[in-house]
Amino acid sequence: MQNLTTTLLIIGGGPGGYVAAIRAGQLGIPTVLVEGQALGGTCLNIGCIPSKALIHVAEQFHQTQQHSQQSNLGIKVQPPTLDISQSVAWKDGIVDRLTSGVAALLKKHGVQVIHGWAKIVDGKHVEIDGQDIRIECEHLLLATGSSSVELPMLPLGGAIISSTEALAPRSLPKHLTVVGAGYIGLELGIAYRKLGVEVSVIEARERILPTYDSELTQPVAESLKKLGIQLYLQHSVEGFDAASNTLQVRTENGEQLPLATDQVLVAVGRRPRTSGFNLESLELKMNGSAIAIDARCQTSMRNVWAIGDLSGEPMLAHRAMAQGEMVAELIAGKQREFNPTAIAAVCFTDPELVVAGKTPESAQQDGLDCIVAQFPFAANGRAMTLESKSGFVRVVARRDNHLIVGWQAVGVGVSELSTAFAQSLEMGARLEDVAGTIHAHPTLGEAVQEAALRALGHALHL
Amino acid sequence: MGTHVIKMPDIGEGIAQVELVEWFVKVGDIVTEDQVVADVMTDKATVEIPTPVSGKVLALGGQPGEVMAVGSELIRIEVEGAGNYQEGASKAAAPAAPAVASAPAPQPQVEAKPVVAAPATASEHRAAAIVPREANERPLASPAVRKRAWDAGIELRYVHGSGPAGRILHEDLDVFLAQPTTHTQSAPGGYAKRSDAEQIPVIGLRRKIAQRMQDAKRRVAHFSYVEEIDMTALEELRAHLNKKHGDSRGKLTLLPFLVRAMVVAARDFPQINATYDDEAQLITRHGAVHVGIATQGDNGLMVPVLRHAEAGSLWANASEISRLANAARNNKASRDELSGSTITLTSLGALGGIASTPVVNTPEVAIVGVNRMVERPMVINGQIVIRKMMNLSSSFDHRVVDGMDAALFIQAIRGLLEQPASLFVE
Repeated sequence: MQNLTTTLLIIGGGPGGYVAAIRAGQLGIPTVLVEGQALGGTCLNIGCIPSKALIHVAEQFHQTQQHSQQSNLGIKVQPPTLDISQSVAWKDGIVDRLTSGVAALLKKHGVQVIHGWAKIVDGKHVEIDGQDIRIECEHLLLATGSSSVELPMLPLGGAIISSTEALAPRSLPKHLTVVGAGYIGLELGIAYRKLGVEVSVIEARERILPTYDSELTQPVAESLKKLGIQLYLQHSVEGFDAASNTLQVRTENGEQLPLATDQVLVAVGRRPRTSGFNLESLELKMNGSAIAIDARCQTSMRNVWAIGDLSGEPMLAHRAMAQGEMVAELIAGKQREFNPTAIAAVCFTDPELVVAGKTPESAQQDGLDCIVAQFPFAANGRAMTLESKSGFVRVVARRDNHLIVGWQAVGVGVSELSTAFAQSLEMGARLEDVAGTIHAHPTLGEAVQEAALRALGHALHL
Repeated sequence: MGTHVIKMPDIGEGIAQVELVEWFVKVGDIVTEDQVVADVMTDKATVEIPTPVSGKVLALGGQPGEVMAVGSELIRIEVEGAGNYQEGASKAAAPAAPAVASAPAPQPQVEAKPVVAAPATASEHRAAAIVPREANERPLASPAVRKRAWDAGIELRYVHGSGPAGRILHEDLDVFLAQPTTHTQSAPGGYAKRSDAEQIPVIGLRRKIAQRMQDAKRRVAHFSYVEEIDMTALEELRAHLNKKHGDSRGKLTLLPFLVRAMVVAARDFPQINATYDDEAQLITRHGAVHVGIATQGDNGLMVPVLRHAEAGSLWANASEISRLANAARNNKASRDELSGSTITLTSLGALGGIASTPVVNTPEVAIVGVNRMVERPMVINGQIVIRKMMNLSSSFDHRVVDGMDAALFIQAIRGLLEQPASLFVE
């Protein structure tokens, strides 16, 4: 048996794990990272990045399709065709470039990467499955991420797929039914629809994107209708008959509704990956299905740390990265705490949706007296030139001192506004600060300034 | 211009690692030949490192508290002429690269100075008006300000925010750092609450003491024994000797008498003047009586050793004890002077209290503690008389010293001290 000794051992090479490793390397902490699949984790391989690539392909195809029918812009083209294997190869190329980039960064910072499945022996020892390697560490960082939740009545296989398979299609189905109208289900459902697939979406609750408020999701709901996506709200799935390609659905009234479909995408959420590497032997304190952590990402066992999806909501790559960076600094002896003012969340639906900080509702729950103001993209010149007038920017600010406590936006391309939102929240900006900043014209960002102006009672373009 | 590199010298026999205790220079300083640049420490000896050359300090090889390998680069000095260092060439010559120094666990790179003593450069002295914040209200500050506060160990909720909406600015931190009490609020009684805290890294001698004490308490099965001793006769003798010979031979404290009592008693109790190597499972009974004298130095406890106390006269031992105590207090005791004791004597003099529970100085098996001497009414032959009484509080390693032997040893010391002539009658 080969025995290795290190200061920091990281299990999981996703955004949380690899960022922690890079930062640890910068700080001179001897670090070993164990990854069983590919560096970059869910995010780079089967999540954020490939889905954005597929969404881009779908959007390009969809635009061309639109132009081939009737174009307000005066563009005349023949109806396009799609070589989906070429699309997937292009996407794989991006993923390869990014994952090999991660490998190069880890190497540059002196991190030892071991490819294999970690098996925890105790809080200080980890073995690698089938490789006869035993690693002793001073600090153990758990960054194993999450996996798709499966439904017992829809076991994966054949026509039943998860987002992983949906992001690497060999061919496109004629009809796809998406179970779950959360952001993963809608991002992929919209993309498939734009690629020409008939798409139905089934959601057990009464509206789409149930974690966001209805005002914000309204433009997305309209877009689904316009794209011709069939929405079944308050419907639940009961099973799939593979012989007849029929999905058994129960309506809100309890009636049976058989839906013919070629493929079923199960996108009902993700759960922390806590099993398969003997984590249970540590008997760490849990927070529901996640590992319980404190403000320093410490678990209930000394010098055992947990970051990212494994530690529960919000399951966002950028949260995991920030936590990973912090843990490395803590191990290096610095004083740190994970207390961001806001972690922005983005849905790459059409239109896009972004939230940062408090919503009007959550601010009220926190007992804050707030001004809420929104500025519609219908009054924004840049949005018109992008053929997208739906959506708005909304600001939530304290009435007493005008401190901005939250931003939300929905509209084409608003994901990039998340930067401005998060920055203003972290800097403690007031409405006057944003209103007094000259925003370049013509940009979507002008709507940010106008929302702040409107909250102050003097929007200029409304 | 050339570069002269001073490497961590080998200051103890077979010691591979040395702790850097303190720098006396910083990068950019001009140093002259023989100027002391740093204090380093092995085991318990602190050694000054002088520079053999004059020049300008280019780089320091480590932080105070860092354990550095012998031979690693300590300091780099720019000198007139060639110097002793050439880029590239030294790699082969010095296999122990500086990187080895930080090989153990990540050392918190804490500055040794207390955080509250940060440079008081705040230009303006602001009125310390406290912005009332709700109990659970998050202090408003940009990420850069938050990070700076963490690094300085400041709780932002105690810092006044002078920016818009009560935002805490860098200037607010400057003010807070300059006035450690700005965040205290006067209570109705006129007393102020204090929330400041000073963090002191446990490095250098303090770390050694902590390790030794922890180790002793973990390994040794301590038991303590307290006995009362009538010092009246001995004190009369001591006063007499000091009066007669004080001018010519120096004043005698109690310590040389106590040492003499231990030397004489140890003859009959070789199991007490012994060391116990619990890893080798071996007890060594020593003929020599090397008495460790616990001494409070500026930075903490040191135990210099009075060697061959059995061979020294009263006055010779007295002057040696005094010399060793001074050396230890000034951190100038050599490594030899700080090791090799076979039994230890600890005395706090007037602060001795009435009883104490000393910690055995491993690998020794006994330590004799001296408590305060006071005049007390005692009953002797049915009469109340005033006597000078003093307690001895001693601890033993019960793994190898039986209670009976320990008690008999202390009773022997008592007999010797109460009949001072027996100290010298062979």
